[in-house]
Amino acid sequence: MKREDTTTVTPNFDFAASQRRCRDYRLRILGLSQQIPALHIAPAFSCLEIVDSIYFGLMRRDPEGNTRDSFLLSKGHGALAQYAVLEKLGIITAEDFDLADKPGGRLGGHPDYGVPGIEASTGSLGHGLPIAVGMALADKVAGVDRFVYVVLSDGEMQEGSVWESMMLAPTLGLTNLIAILDLNDFQSLGRTSEIHPNFYPIEDKIKAFGWETAVVDGHDQQAIFDAVMSREGSVPLMVLARTIKGKGVSYMESVPIWHYRSPSPEEYQQALQELSGALEA
Amino acid sequence: MRDTFARTIYQVAKKKSNVFVVVADISPAGSMAPFREEFPDQFVNVGVAEQTMIGLCAGLALRGCTAFAYTIATFSIYRPFEQVRDDLCYQNLPVTVVGIGGGISYSTLGGTHHAQEDIAVMGAIPNMAIIAPCDPLETEAATWVCAEQRTGPTYLRLGKAGEPNLTTEAPDPFEFGKIRLIREGSDICIISYGPIMKMALEVAERIEGEQGKSVALVSAHTLKPLDTEGIARVLDKYETVAVIEEHSEHGGLGGQVKQIAWDKSAKCRLHTFSLKDKFIHEFGSQRDLWKAHGLDPTVIYDSIVAG
Repeated sequence: MKREDTTTVTPNFDFAASQRRCRDYRLRILGLSQQIPALHIAPAFSCLEIVDSIYFGLMRRDPEGNTRDSFLLSKGHGALAQYAVLEKLGIITAEDFDLADKPGGRLGGHPDYGVPGIEASTGSLGHGLPIAVGMALADKVAGVDRFVYVVLSDGEMQEGSVWESMMLAPTLGLTNLIAILDLNDFQSLGRTSEIHPNFYPIEDKIKAFGWETAVVDGHDQQAIFDAVMSREGSVPLMVLARTIKGKGVSYMESVPIWHYRSPSPEEYQQALQELSGALEA
Repeated sequence: MRDTFARTIYQVAKKKSNVFVVVADISPAGSMAPFREEFPDQFVNVGVAEQTMIGLCAGLALRGCTAFAYTIATFSIYRPFEQVRDDLCYQNLPVTVVGIGGGISYSTLGGTHHAQEDIAVMGAIPNMAIIAPCDPLETEAATWVCAEQRTGPTYLRLGKAGEPNLTTEAPDPFEFGKIRLIREGSDICIISYGPIMKMALEVAERIEGEQGKSVALVSAHTLKPLDTEGIARVLDKYETVAVIEEHSEHGGLGGQVKQIAWDKSAKCRLHTFSLKDKFIHEFGSQRDLWKAHGLDPTVIYDSIVAG
């Protein structure tokens, strides 16, 4: 099933608009950080362009905005990225976002099944891809025209369950499964490439498991969109999206401590200045 | 039980659409053939990949399918424990995890194949239900319950193959969440579940034959949610109650019955017989292994008769 065979792709994915939204998401998440002592900011910042590209560019919508396609954030600790996008789409409310991680709110540190827009609970790594395989299989057997998008992290690739499912998906012929790998080269304790140097080069290994691959700049929405739209499409696709953990705030970029930390008021002001100037530069 | 499950799931799939059987390289080969032939897309062998077996079933359930994950009991819940907990139980999805050879059915294969604490482990997870049928008839009924009644996850603990039917003339029907009388009696009641029910029957018949006491048998096939009121009534009605189970003394039925007895101020004599809290380094028949852990009909008979 070739991606372009489907008829209701969102027309005119506006990349400039996506860039503006991604700046807004970063500001929104930083605002929350001033009320919550610790947040997974940097893991969200590395995948914002990926998540926005999927929701606004790739997932097909009817005129009312409803989508038939699915999205799973297997790297559940990037939840703030998904929440910010869901808020922008009106699937969750501003109040929902404001109450994240707080008493009376319904958004926690990881996506929770049952919240609008959240299709599976994640947070423990290595769970999203097997679930996505099950969804894609059900759709294929039922003859439903639906794509399942799943975002994974490079640290997550150390979980054996990911490789179990990577081995299985092409065997089951799941051409309706599209994975995006957020390659920020960081995990909790350091650089992924230093903790597991033999994991590299990655693309060959994924290809060897029977997947089609594409390598893109993970902060370039157009590149992500184009990689999916131009896929050959006879096997599952994994887009390797090279990203920067903490992207957009200079002192957070590729600094491990920002995996789970909130900025001080002074750091917050600096981040605001950097982000406000970013699109004008 | 294995073949009964395979025959029943075929009937289920004929009646209901979107029934999937997902196995991890273990399957009731011959008896599964009709299902595989008629519903080839709905039988998936993920290979030796139990985490994916469970996660995939969660994905199927999220799409409204009825999914059965099937492999050897230990591999079905211990290897993919977190997938069972997070993907099935936390999300409360109607997936049945079929553990074949529950308890110590694989008596020659060693401790890696013994599910002797599975009920304790599964019972500790919110939303999880546990059914352990005692014979093929209960297996058939339980499989239908899993397919048609359950709205959350179920651990279906099955024996292996060759178990005899013990409930052909049971006075009570099989009902999820309720204990059932499978043999009438008025003095002593033995509560059990799973394949060791046949030993319970043997003990009951010997007590009746040699002691002249009337012995009832109760199948507590649903271990969770446990029929607390039903068990309280048994404790109230009989002068002696015994629990026989193929499970560790921790977290199984025996301890729970004792808890109910305390809560209800029961006056009966209460005996519990279980596997020890020890790994089993013995080989032989399932009965040999039961005996090595004190689950011996003579020992149980003597204990009950001695009061």
